[in-house]
Amino acid sequence: MNIFVLVKQVPDTETKIRVNASSSGIEAKEIAKWIVNPYDEHAIEEALKTKEKLKEGTVTAIAVGPDRVVEALRTALAMGCDNAIHIKADESIDTYVAAKALAAACKKESPQLIFAGKQAIDDDQAATFGYVAEYLDIPSVSVVVKVDVATDKKSLRAVREVEGGTHTVETSLPALIAVNQGINNPRYASLPGIMKAKKKEIKAHTLADLGLGSETALTKDSAFALPPPRKACVILQGEVPAQVKELVKRLREEAKVI
Amino acid sequence: MISFQLTPEQQALKEMVAKYVQGEVLPVAAKYDESSEFPHEVIHKAWEIGIMNIAVPQKFGGLGLGVLDDVIINEELGAGCLGIGTSIAVNTLGLYPILLFGTDEQIQRLVGPFLEKPLLASFCLTEPGAGSDAASLTTTAKDMGDHYLLNGSKMWITNAGHASLYSVFCTTDKALKGKGICCLAVDAKSPGITLGRHENKLGQRASDTRAITFENVKVPKENLIGKVGEGFKVALKTLDRTRASIAASAVGAARAALQHSIRYSKERKQFNQPISQFQAIQFMLADMATKVEAGRALCYRAGSLIDEGFDEDGNLASAHAKRFSADMAMEVATDAVQIFGGYGYTKDYPVEKIMRDVKLVQIYEGTSQIQRVVIARNILKD
Repeated sequence: MNIFVLVKQVPDTETKIRVNASSSGIEAKEIAKWIVNPYDEHAIEEALKTKEKLKEGTVTAIAVGPDRVVEALRTALAMGCDNAIHIKADESIDTYVAAKALAAACKKESPQLIFAGKQAIDDDQAATFGYVAEYLDIPSVSVVVKVDVATDKKSLRAVREVEGGTHTVETSLPALIAVNQGINNPRYASLPGIMKAKKKEIKAHTLADLGLGSETALTKDSAFALPPPRKACVILQGEVPAQVKELVKRLREEAKVI
Repeated sequence: MISFQLTPEQQALKEMVAKYVQGEVLPVAAKYDESSEFPHEVIHKAWEIGIMNIAVPQKFGGLGLGVLDDVIINEELGAGCLGIGTSIAVNTLGLYPILLFGTDEQIQRLVGPFLEKPLLASFCLTEPGAGSDAASLTTTAKDMGDHYLLNGSKMWITNAGHASLYSVFCTTDKALKGKGICCLAVDAKSPGITLGRHENKLGQRASDTRAITFENVKVPKENLIGKVGEGFKVALKTLDRTRASIAASAVGAARAALQHSIRYSKERKQFNQPISQFQAIQFMLADMATKVEAGRALCYRAGSLIDEGFDEDGNLASAHAKRFSADMAMEVATDAVQIFGGYGYTKDYPVEKIMRDVKLVQIYEGTSQIQRVVIARNILKD
């Protein structure tokens, strides 16, 4: 089975984010460390597990963005993916252009099954996978915590997480599955994997190669703002009865919760 | 021009081991320190991700990686838990005698299984009466024609209780002193082997340390590694390959102590301000940071020299790296406890464990004093 995984590179979760002077974006140059989007790690793991279960097939990781995203693809290869595709594009592309590009590159290789994380932890839009499925005209299932591919490999059953329970969906293949974190424990990249990844060629496309170019962003980031700094805590002093009185007063007058 | 830039693969390796440490080692480090149990699962995972036995040459199915790669791995392991790190790293020590001096047949037969499943090997050099003076060992191998008969005791053997293979240094004739020493690969299941109790140590409590007694243990002749009389060279060449990695584990531990100190000093307030605002603390932190950088630079240099084939310079550089990094880590960990104050002296905070753990690095695999002997001999020679 030809399996694809959509991979996004995101800033490390410990990065201190700074908004640029004009508030129009994040200072990307100041981001010291980039990682594979954690939800996409679960997608990679599920793709590899599916291949292992079927005992056949290939797993291809695909990413769109500037040259730095190659690093994320190397990580995917080191985890065990067979191939990688990099679509070169600059920082400024929006979800629409990214999804158009990913869909066009997927189309060339007609995957039977595409995995993605349910969202990226940087912009939290949870949009790209849906667009890609739409442009490929294939079904998509999101927030998936379990996948079973049918023995004839023509359909699959996916269990979704919904508030307070689960929801099971069946779909024909090809399909796109956007996974949630509960689905598996992503494996670590292995040292033999890193050595093998070094020798693998990463296929590169430009937007023009994919017949794109006239597409321009449909949305524009207009402003970013950090949450207001948290106020310092107050620890009440004195005898307990006096403290309780003071607490009730503050809850009533300052916090206005009672 | 000198470059300290890691290759993209080494960078990826560093990040991969850091991630493994974050996910598998740190969450259980305090538990194993407290219980002194053997961290089987954590080691199993280390084997799975391929960071054990990395020096096995490619023609035997290994990765054929070098000392610098091992330095990178050990700094990260040391930053997580020195005890667990030692348990993982000791295979290098146990197997290098065979990799360096064994025949192809011996490597295939004795080391091959380590690539198939997560097995452990121990390095058995030290004896109750032979520590820094290792050449005075008395464990004897009597030539019985088709096999040797092994008798004697070994001390402080890491992973002894869980290893499947021991590289044992012994003598065919005590009168020959260093010239009679040989190295035997001993199957841990051989009849006549008795294990001592699991030592109740100050630090590195997750690593299994025991005495081993050999009583009329039959070792087939095909398990002689190198030649009779070459044993001391086998031991020293092995230690030359592992010294920089041990040094790097101390650098990792010191780095962790520094990181904890930085974080704590920004949170802890005294006299109405974070203690990181006080120059007394700032200077301690700055000195700790410089020491960590210096230790790492020595380790990288030692590893690079050995990997590039400059054995003699590499061995001296390794002695510098081990001496400096072990002593440095002890100083840095002690300062970290000082910055944490009373809290640092309790097991509720992570720095006292680092202080207990790093003490051992000044002792094992050549004490800081023996490293100085090596360095002095080298700089004084005509």
